[in-house]
This record gives sequence, C-alpha cells and structure tokens, in this order.
Amino acid sequence: MDLGSLLTGTLTDTLEVSLPLFRVELALSATIVLVLLCRMLPVLRWLDSALVALGGVAFALWYAWTDLRALPGSPWSVVAAAAHPASQELFGGLLVYDSLTAYIRFLLAGFLVLYILFTKISGIPDREDGADFYTLILGSSLGMCLMASANHLLMIFMAVEMASVPSYALAGMLKGRKASSEAALKYAVYGAGAAGVMLYGISLLAGVLGTCHLPSMAAELGRIVGDGADSFYGADSAGPIMVLTLGGLMMTVGLAFKLSAVPFHFWCPDVFEGAAAEVGAFLSVASKAAAVALAVRVAFGLGWLGDATGASAAGLADVRHFSVYVIGLMAAVTCTLGNLAAYGQTNMKRMLAYSTIAHAGYLLMGVSAAVAMLGADPEGCRKAVTALAFYLGTYLFMNLGAFAIVAVLRNRLRSEEIAAYAGLVRSNPGMVVAAAAVLVSLIGLPPLAGFVSKFLVFASLVDAITKGIERPLMLVLLVIGGFNTVISLFYYLRVLKVMTFDPPPEDRVAAPAPVWLPGALVTAVVVPVVLLGIFWSGLYAYAQLAGTFAS
Amino acid sequence: MSPADALTQPALWPLSLIVFLPALVAALLALPIIPKAREEAIRWVALATTVVVFVLSLWMAWPTLFGAVGPAQFTVGEAGMQGVVKKPWIPAFNIDYLLGVDGISMPLVVLTTFLSVLACAASWPITKHVKAYHVLFLLLETGMLGVFVSLDFFLFYVFWEVMLLPMYFLIGIWGGPRREYAAIKFFLYTLFGSVLMLLAILMLYFTSDLRMLSPEQLVASHVVSPSLDAAARADGVAAIAAAKNPVHTFNLLALAQLGQLPKSPFAAVSVWGMSLEVWAFLLLLIGFVIKVPVVPVHTWLPDAHVEAPTPISMILAGVLLKLGGYGILRICYPICPGAGLSLAWLVCGLGVVSMVYGAFAALAQKDFKRMVAYSSVSHMGYVMLGLGVWSAVAGNEFRWDAWAQGVNGAMFQMLAHGISSAGMFFMVGVLYDRVHHRNLEEFGGIFNRMPVYSGLAVAVFFAGLGLPGLCGFIGEVLVTLSSWNYSRTLAVISAFTVILTAAYILWAIQRVYLGAEYKGPHGDHLTPMTGRELAIATPLVFLAILFGVAPQLIFNYVTPSVNRQVETLADWTRDVGAKAAQPIAGGPAAADVTSR
Repeated sequence: MDLGSLLTGTLTDTLEVSLPLFRVELALSATIVLVLLCRMLPVLRWLDSALVALGGVAFALWYAWTDLRALPGSPWSVVAAAAHPASQELFGGLLVYDSLTAYIRFLLAGFLVLYILFTKISGIPDREDGADFYTLILGSSLGMCLMASANHLLMIFMAVEMASVPSYALAGMLKGRKASSEAALKYAVYGAGAAGVMLYGISLLAGVLGTCHLPSMAAELGRIVGDGADSFYGADSAGPIMVLTLGGLMMTVGLAFKLSAVPFHFWCPDVFEGAAAEVGAFLSVASKAAAVALAVRVAFGLGWLGDATGASAAGLADVRHFSVYVIGLMAAVTCTLGNLAAYGQTNMKRMLAYSTIAHAGYLLMGVSAAVAMLGADPEGCRKAVTALAFYLGTYLFMNLGAFAIVAVLRNRLRSEEIAAYAGLVRSNPGMVVAAAAVLVSLIGLPPLAGFVSKFLVFASLVDAITKGIERPLMLVLLVIGGFNTVISLFYYLRVLKVMTFDPPPEDRVAAPAPVWLPGALVTAVVVPVVLLGIFWSGLYAYAQLAGTFAS
Repeated sequence: MSPADALTQPALWPLSLIVFLPALVAALLALPIIPKAREEAIRWVALATTVVVFVLSLWMAWPTLFGAVGPAQFTVGEAGMQGVVKKPWIPAFNIDYLLGVDGISMPLVVLTTFLSVLACAASWPITKHVKAYHVLFLLLETGMLGVFVSLDFFLFYVFWEVMLLPMYFLIGIWGGPRREYAAIKFFLYTLFGSVLMLLAILMLYFTSDLRMLSPEQLVASHVVSPSLDAAARADGVAAIAAAKNPVHTFNLLALAQLGQLPKSPFAAVSVWGMSLEVWAFLLLLIGFVIKVPVVPVHTWLPDAHVEAPTPISMILAGVLLKLGGYGILRICYPICPGAGLSLAWLVCGLGVVSMVYGAFAALAQKDFKRMVAYSSVSHMGYVMLGLGVWSAVAGNEFRWDAWAQGVNGAMFQMLAHGISSAGMFFMVGVLYDRVHHRNLEEFGGIFNRMPVYSGLAVAVFFAGLGLPGLCGFIGEVLVTLSSWNYSRTLAVISAFTVILTAAYILWAIQRVYLGAEYKGPHGDHLTPMTGRELAIATPLVFLAILFGVAPQLIFNYVTPSVNRQVETLADWTRDVGAKAAQPIAGGPAAADVTSR
C-alpha cells in the first residue's frame, strides 16, 4: 500500500465512517470552544455560560438520541432498520461504535442536561466561575464518552486522563476553602499515581502482545495463554504469562481508581466531602457510568473473540476466568467496605461517597457475572450487560437526586452535616419525601428504581448459578450482595430518622422565600426514581439494546 | 385497559380498586388539597376510604349479601382461583400484573379491610402529624392487600416490601418511648427475611421452565389466560412449546405446578449438597417465619407491638403476622413440596417451640401490652403447627383428612387470631389512653369503674384464651387434633400449652379487671368507654362470638381451597414424594412414619 492510497483510505474512513458516528463528541467539543469564546470576546460577555453549555449539550443529547434510535433493533425506531451498523470501529480501530457506546453516550448527554440545570439552580458555580466550570465539566464528559467507546489501550489511557484531569480542578472549585483544596490535591496525587501504574501495565501488555488494539490483543492473548508457547520466550516459559498477569492487574488499578473500588477508593470520601455537592454529583454519576462501561469494554475486549477456536478459545476462557475472579473479589470487598464505612459518617456528602463505593461494588458484581457468562451463555451475558446498563440509568437519577437534595439543603441550612437535617420534616416535608424516595431507592426497596437495578444484578448472578457457571464465586457474591443490602439499611435510614424523628434545632432560620425552582428540580429528578421502579419496561428495552453489544 | 378487558376479566376494576384505592387516596391526601390543619377532615377522608374498601371487599366476598352474583364476585365453595386479573407488566421477564383470590386469600382480604376500618377509627386519639399518619396508614393498607391478592411472585415481593417503610415510620414517629429502636428492629428483621426471599424467588425463577407444563396446566395456572378464545389459547401454548430457551416464570400457580411435577425442575439442581428446592424452601421459610414470627426470630415483635400506637398494634397483630402464615401456605408448600415433606418436622417443631416459649414469656410479663404481644407468638405457633403437619402418611395409607384438618385449623386460627389479638391490643389501648401506664401490678378493680368496657374486654380475652364457644377455640382444637396423627409428642405438648394460655390470660384478667379498687396512677381518669370506642370493640366481640358458634361461616370459604391443595399435595406425596424421599436429617417426621 503506497502512501497516497493510505492517506485516501484514512480520509475516507475518517470523513465518511468515523465522524458521522462521532457527532456527540464533536458537539461537546464545539460547546467547549463556544463557552471559552464567549468568555474571551467582550461582545459575548453578557451570555451566561450555563446557557451556552446547556444549548450545546442539548445538541449532543439530540445526536445521542438519534444515534440510539438508529441502532438495529431499537424500540420506537423511526429510521429504517439497520441504518447504523451494529458495531463499527472508528478512526482506524482507536474507538468502537456499538450499542453500548450509543447507550452510555445518551446517558451522559442526558445527565449533562439535567446536571447543568441543577448547577444553574443551586448556584454553584456563580456567574464568574461558570465558564471555567462548564469547560471542565464538558471536557471531562468528553473523556468519559471516549472511555465508553475506547477500543485501544492508548485511547483508554487518554480517555481516562481526559476524564480525570478536569475533575482534579473541579474538586478544588470552592476557592479559598481549605477542605476543597486539600481534596483537589489528594485527588490529583492519587490520580497521578494510579495513572502511572496503569500506564506501566499498558506498556507491559503492549510489549508482550505487540499491539494495543483490543481485538488484536485478545487474539494474541488467546494464543499465548492457550499454547503456553511464545516465539520469543520458548515453549515452557511462564514468563509471558506472568508479565501479562502483572500488566493486567496494573491496568485494573487504573480502572479501579476511576470506579472508586476498594482498595483504590481512598480519594473518594475526601473529595466528596471537600468538593461542592455539585462536583460530587458529577463524579458519582457520570464518572461511574463511564468507568463501568470501560471495565466492561476491557474485560470483554481482552477476554472474548468471536472467531477464536481450539487452544486460543481455551486460552481466552482462562483469561476470563481470571478476570471474573479479580473483578468478583474486588466487588465483594468494595461493597462490604463501602457499606460498613458508611456507618460512622456524620457528613452527608461523605456518607454518599461511601454509598457510591458500595454501589460500585454491586455494579462490579454485575460485571463479574457478565464476564463469567461471556462465551458460555451469550443470552445470560446479554442480560447481565443489560442489568448493568439499566443500573447506570437508574443510578443517574438516584444519585443526582441525592446530591441535588444535599445542595438545596446546603443553600437553606448552610450545612451538610446529617445532624443539621434534624426535624426537617416539619419545615420541608416535600424535600423529606424526596429524600426518602432517593435513599430508600439506594437501599434497593421496591417499588423504587434502585430495587429493580439490584434485582437485575442479582438475577444475573442467580442466572449464572443455576447454569453452573463460576458457581462458587457467584454464590459468594450473591450472599454478600444480599447481606450488604440488609446492612446498608442502617445508614440510609438514619438520615431519614434524623429528618423525621428528631426534633428540629431551636435556632433554625425560617424558610426563605421562593423555593419552587429547587423544588421543581428535585421533583424532576426524583419522580423518575419512583416511575422507573414501577414502569421499567421502557428503560429496560434501551438497556437491552446496550446489552446486544455483547453478541 | 380496554373495555374488552373489563368483559373478559370482570374482577379487573374491583380487585384493582380494593388494592390501590387506599394508595390513591394517600397520594391525594399528600397533596395540599386538604390543609394540614384540618385534622378532622383528614381523619374522615381516611376512614371513608377504608370503609369503601371494606364494602368493596365484602361485595366481592359475600355476593348474596348484595343480592346479585356478578361475574366479578366470589363464588363460595369453589376451590380454584377466582376473579383472576392478568395484564402484562414487564414482558422481558414474563412479569404480569396477576391478581386473584381463592378461599384462602379472600377471608384474609376481608379481615384486612375490616381491621383497617377499625384501626382507622381507633386512630382518632392520634394528634401528632395527622396527615402524614393517615397517608402512611393508607399506603400500608395497599401493601397488605396487595400481598394477599398477588399471584405473581415479583408483584408479591413488591407489595411485601411496600409495607415496610410506612410501618417503620408509623412505629418510629407515633410510637412509645423506645420507638426508634423498635422501628429499626422491625425493619431490619423483615428486610433480612425479604432479602433471603428475593434470592429464593430468583432461584425459582431461573430454574423454572414453562415448557415442562402441559397445555391444560398452562391454562389452569393462567400463564395462558383461560379467558382468551380457543385459538388464542392454542397460539399462546404453542408459542411456549416452540421456545428454544427455557421460558421462566414468576407466576405462583405455574411455579406450583412445576414444583409438583414428577420431575420437578427445582429438585433437579443441587447447590452445596442440597437440592435447590430445599434451599428455596428454607430461604422462603425464614422470610415468612420472621413475619409470623416464631422463636427464635420473634424478638422484633414484642418491641414493635409494645412501642407502636394502638391502631398500628392492631394492624400488626391482626394482619401482618398472617402474611407469614399465608406465605407458607400459598408459596412454600405448593412450590417446594419435596422440601416441605422432608422438613415438616422443622415447621412443626418451630411451631411448638413458639407456642410454649410464647406462653411462658407471656406469663412472665409485667407490661400488659407486652403480655398480649407474647400471646401472639404463642398463638401463631398453632398456625405453624397446623400448616406443618404433613401427615399424608398414616401407617401405609395415604390419607389427607387429618392433614387437611390441621391446615383448615391453621387458617381458622389465623382469622380468629386476627380478631382476638386486634381486640386485645385495642382493649389495652383503651386503658392506656386513660391511665397512661400498662403495668399489670398497678391495675385492679377496673370492673367496678368501667363495667361495660371490662365485660367486652373479658370476652375478647376469653376468645384469645380459646374458650369453647369463642373463636379462639376452633383453630386450636383442630390443630391439636390433627397433630396427633403426625406426632403424638407434639400433640400432647400443644394440648398442654392451652393450660399455660389459660394461666396467663386468667391471671391478667384477675390482676387488671378484678380486685376491690383501682389503686394505680390517674385513677380519676377511668371514664366509661366513648361511643367511638364502643363502635370498635363491639364488632370485634360480636365476631369473636359469631365465629366461635358458627365456624362454618369461615370454613365455607376456606375448606374447599385448603382441601384441594392438601389433596393435591397428598397425591403428590403418594406418587412422587414417598419414592423420592430425600431424608435431610432424621427428624420426627421420618421416625414417626416408619415406627407406625
């Protein structure tokens, strides 16, 4: 192939295939530029950057929505069947576009719309900081979109860093507050460490396998693990396997950091407590969705190859078995530790941080089940991915709702301590009902959305158990998941107890005048939590669409 | 819901209204339509709602009372499910909005709606946050009724959990001094049980396979709605038979059919050395016995009952405890008969232990309400024993009459206890409202001060005691008789427990109502019963006497359904269970069968 045809090929690929499927990211990028431009040009100074960002994000949401509907098999599809390919590599294999990409992008874009409205109403950032804040948020979201579609180690690293670096700055948004700066510093140092380890792991993997492209890596991995043979090290050498294991584990560190999975969760409580509630909402929802998608991508990408046969297929089965155990054990520990540590918390945001960690554990259980059934039972695997996608969809509303309530109450009570909420039901019954819905949904009780999510994840575990796939681990995960549900009751309920049972402090200031805007915001976020618990067929249909990526 | 559905499923609206009307009114009450301050209006709206729901349920259950037998109404004496409502809810998981009533659930539904009316009327003294109280109360009623009428396991579970949160707040906000502790304890125990139940539900769901059922069974279990025309039914059956993968189901009737197949799919899978059937049975049983409750998981009950306000104690004792017994009867046994057979000794043993322990504990109480709470533990022990006596095998014969007697007795005991325990808690509440203490040692001489009240109270307590001629007697005697066939030891113990029951109740009556004069605190507040209190107490006493002298009023409903289930399971024991007997441990069941 000569240079000319290579260039033409790349150009065609980029312009005709990749860019049309990259519209969401392009819209986000354009919005960032616009927000910055408005800040720079005096003519446009009067424009509120929140509105600019909202407009851009609305475009992104529209694109994400049309992409989702253009997928083959999409419910309520208006486009003729199969307008988009089921799976398409973009930019020469750096990214991959499939139903999971489309679903996560849609979630992220939808979240951003709600989120910008939320920050506008809650008042952080103020007008002055708006441009910085939204640039960082959008930049980070762009990274998260890339995380959801990464298909190449280099892209994975870039995407993770792109999502992380703006968040370090976001954590320090509350300028002049010591806790906020400390949170930002801790986050940055920890993040840099995790990134370094991850990069090391990536180099090891790339070095042994000779490629960074996930499907090509899987082919090579299957060959090496399956045969135990390698052209360079010789037939009997355990060398490459050990290096691969090490590389894989080191890469897991980077992913676990983004997921705030134990033992790489230490940043999470400090950052959530120190940063504004608005930042916490962003980190706990968007970041989590992207990280779960990336974890699924990596585990599936390295552990499965449709056309692998013989020894190669057996090798990949070993890889999957290994990753199921790594993910499963991490899930068990994360979930338990998150729930136990949440007990002693007196600060609402810190408690929500541990709650986020615990939920990362439940999500990882689902990932573990999905990887376990990958290959062995395609139908079950699809269902497990569907469960994850659904979980992320409901988690968006639950946690955005929780942080929105924290922010609204902070503006009213000037405190984020749980004790400050004492007797709130007397003055703000509506807010307490909303908080009850959100917190009970986080426990996972019907008829709320959180129950359905948990039900679906547990269902995939039981599905694997009854089919005899990785049964011991899945049983352990199921028992731990159930046990954790029970113990999580205490700390969520304690907040409600304080809000309702305890008498209000005597020095509580009377309610300031108009609260309808925050009220409307909280309602808009909390009503789906209830509705998705009762009528979940609609979201489930889209989650199923995301699940088809596994086939 | 198209008009055509109303024709093919006549119970769609009545049954849905019975369940959801309280929740609907609760939602309306929560909106600021009636201002918070108009407490009297809120009380009347809530009471009116419970009355409407009660009348609706009575309309369904007792058609002759209203003159006409409509297609939506209940046919007394018919064993099968009636008024089945089926609408797809979550097609991806084959979850349906599936409701229906039979002779087992219909009386419990009426009991629930009836006690809700009384409890709502008994809520008049509640003055704190009246609006919130009634909203939660009505939500609770929806949860309870939903559990009794759902035939879809997922739906059942949703309703089961819906009850928790309102109950937590009702105890925690309006309860006594240790209310917070009692509320969280109640919540925690029940949630623990329900998480286990959820695991069992999932296990059963994923091992179920509708393709194993015959077309007749599919129609009988409403997987394919019998109300469809023949062609549509055939299509539905064919679609299931043609499926490539197993077709899972949450349909309780279909799960029961599957569980009773000669080759039950649940018995085929084994996990950690025990068949999945046994696991599911145990997990479900734990979930249900926590609610019943039996020793040793009963400790939430005394706290919750004592701390809850009077009306909520009435609901707790009258209805919530029955949910456990109902679950065992409706779910555990039909779906996991193999495990039920081999673990019958466990259920019976738990029953007898609770019976004796509850009675002794009641004897030791100084607090009037706590004594009544422990009496519930003891009385629900009879229910467990009656449900558990798997005495299908008598010698070498397969006979189910003694067993049916036990289950019928257990059902009767549940309904009778619903009336007597609600009555007892109400009577304690009446006294507490006046003198603000419940110390048994400080009462005495109430008969002189409040003769009408004392007469009614003594009648209710005698009903609890099991005096012949009152409702408590029938259930206890049937259960004790039937257990003779199963294990003589247990029968003797349960017969002797009656003496303990008599001891603690008579002693309590003596200490509270008899005696020369009242010497405790607030003696001057011992005013006669108000009209409202009389209106609550009189129906309870009336029913306690009525069901004592005319038990067939209940048996007419209960017996056909219970007998059919027991007969089916007895046949199953003969054809399948006895051959595939999987002894798990050498309990008395195994020993008794062989020795005789």
